[in-house]
Amino acid sequence: MSTSALPAASGPVTHSFMNNVWYNARRYPLGVAGAIIMIVFVFAALFASTVAPLDPFSTNAKASLAPPGATHFMGADMMGRDVLSRLIHGARVSLAVALGATFIGSGFGAAIGLACGYIGGWFDLLVQRVTEVMQALPLLVMALVITASLGPSLQNTIIAIAIPLIPTVSRVIRSNVLSLREMPYVEAAKATGMSEWRVAIVHVLPNTLAPLIVLATAQLGSTILTEASLSFLGLGVPEPYPSWGRMLSESAAEYVRTAPWLVIYPGLAISLVVFGSNLLGDALRDALDPRQRD
Amino acid sequence: MLSYLIRRLLLMIVTLFGVSIAIFLLLRIVPGNIADILFDSAGLIDPAEKKKIIADLGLDLPLPMQYWQWLNGLLHGDLGFSYVSEKPVIDEILPRIPITARLAGLAMTFAIAAGVPLGVISAVRQNSKLDYALRVLSLSGLSMPAFWLGLLILMACVRWFGTIPIYDRAPETFGAWLAMLAIPAAAVGFRSSALIMRLTRSSMLEVLRQDFVRTAKSKGLSDTAVTYDHALRNALLPVITTIGVETAFLLGGLIVTETVFNIPGVARFLVEAIRWRDYPMVQNLVMFIAVVVVTVNLIVDLLYMLVDPRIRYSE
Repeated sequence: MSTSALPAASGPVTHSFMNNVWYNARRYPLGVAGAIIMIVFVFAALFASTVAPLDPFSTNAKASLAPPGATHFMGADMMGRDVLSRLIHGARVSLAVALGATFIGSGFGAAIGLACGYIGGWFDLLVQRVTEVMQALPLLVMALVITASLGPSLQNTIIAIAIPLIPTVSRVIRSNVLSLREMPYVEAAKATGMSEWRVAIVHVLPNTLAPLIVLATAQLGSTILTEASLSFLGLGVPEPYPSWGRMLSESAAEYVRTAPWLVIYPGLAISLVVFGSNLLGDALRDALDPRQRD
Repeated sequence: MLSYLIRRLLLMIVTLFGVSIAIFLLLRIVPGNIADILFDSAGLIDPAEKKKIIADLGLDLPLPMQYWQWLNGLLHGDLGFSYVSEKPVIDEILPRIPITARLAGLAMTFAIAAGVPLGVISAVRQNSKLDYALRVLSLSGLSMPAFWLGLLILMACVRWFGTIPIYDRAPETFGAWLAMLAIPAAAVGFRSSALIMRLTRSSMLEVLRQDFVRTAKSKGLSDTAVTYDHALRNALLPVITTIGVETAFLLGGLIVTETVFNIPGVARFLVEAIRWRDYPMVQNLVMFIAVVVVTVNLIVDLLYMLVDPRIRYSE
């Protein structure tokens, strides 16, 4: 990713990594805001035990449905557990599922897309048909059916969300590979006697990285939302993990009247982290994939 | 044209066939079936009785036989019986379809009515404060879970009107339907409208840069005429192609929205059927959803061809 083609804001063009980051940070302030939001959540997830003011699991009958106050900054739930601490620990689950699913889905998608673009023929045809089958179902429906069949667990939730991501990624990478294959430098590499596979790994694969990163960041948000929906429906990450989606399902309609903080804060956490990843995703798209810029 | 249509229809059948196999296998790789669940929850442990239930439900047949029975029934319009209610599946699904269809239609209307004009405004006033505000609004629409927005709306209703607009019985008049479904439709449609707004904006920006727009302006046409007559017409084409994706998107959102607002539609019913491992119900509901998505995609492609005469699908 060289920015040598872009004019620097001032001074001579240098190629150091930090300069590059600084240049893009000033160009895309919204992306920086998104990155900061994401960093805060990742920090909360990594150091949840230190950051959280109270134990997210300890119940306390006296504090049942305690409104936000000095001890419980964001109130307490039915069992007297601290909402803020549960949210901080919930960041772990949400981010683990989101990152895990995005990583697995994008990895398999990229590998399949690369293989399709390269091998072509019956293999490509077969994969295209399977892709169409998978795209005939909404992400959430597919994830629902997969979790239902695998049973609720943290791992299975990740798998259930990762699998529906594969077709989207493989489609994009496939079409990218098909156009990259016709590039003069690929032809040149082949002319020097490089094997097909080496060309694929050394020349084609690195050039699909930019669209892959853009796509993966864009999907991060939808994986978080899917996890939240699954958990909200009671088919996602099971107890004892505190999950944002399940916190909302526990509190749903009846608490709308009696304990609004149980509804407001978990939803706010989901929306904020997805908002951050969307901001970051948009900025990355503009910076890395200028053809899609709007 | 005709050959294209035939090819698309054949492909559609292949896809749906694939969906049926995928769904059938997915639901059966798990250990444990309805008999186990019934027995677990009821605390019954008579093995003979359990065996009889399994045999009655045909769960002891080899998988290919079970699949064939289902597919054969499907082709003859016989969807089998629900394991839970023991009523014919079709009688359970059919009455729920109009409810979801109305909700989806209303949500889509809202999404287009809000998304397209706001997208145009955002593009015409590119980089203004209004544009930034609208972009943040659309991005937050994409970031909020539909069920949370639904809960927030319920909360606002409690605060300001003292009641919760939750579905309790079927409304009788059209007006009552509209009133009942308007709030959930807005909650689920907001996300779709955000998507449409973003697409309209980027598509408009692209078109506004083109030569024919400059020509139209230099002829002295008013800004309104250029924006709406020349630019928007062309900008809407890519927006139309995404209606298929939107439908799939919307169906996902309906599952949680129907749950929040207690609306007895097909989308919520799927979740209930999954919880009960009601195979016939889940299988047929998922097939139904796949048919809807694939059909909408086909219609959109054909519509696209009608709207844009430059596109001709040939060999």
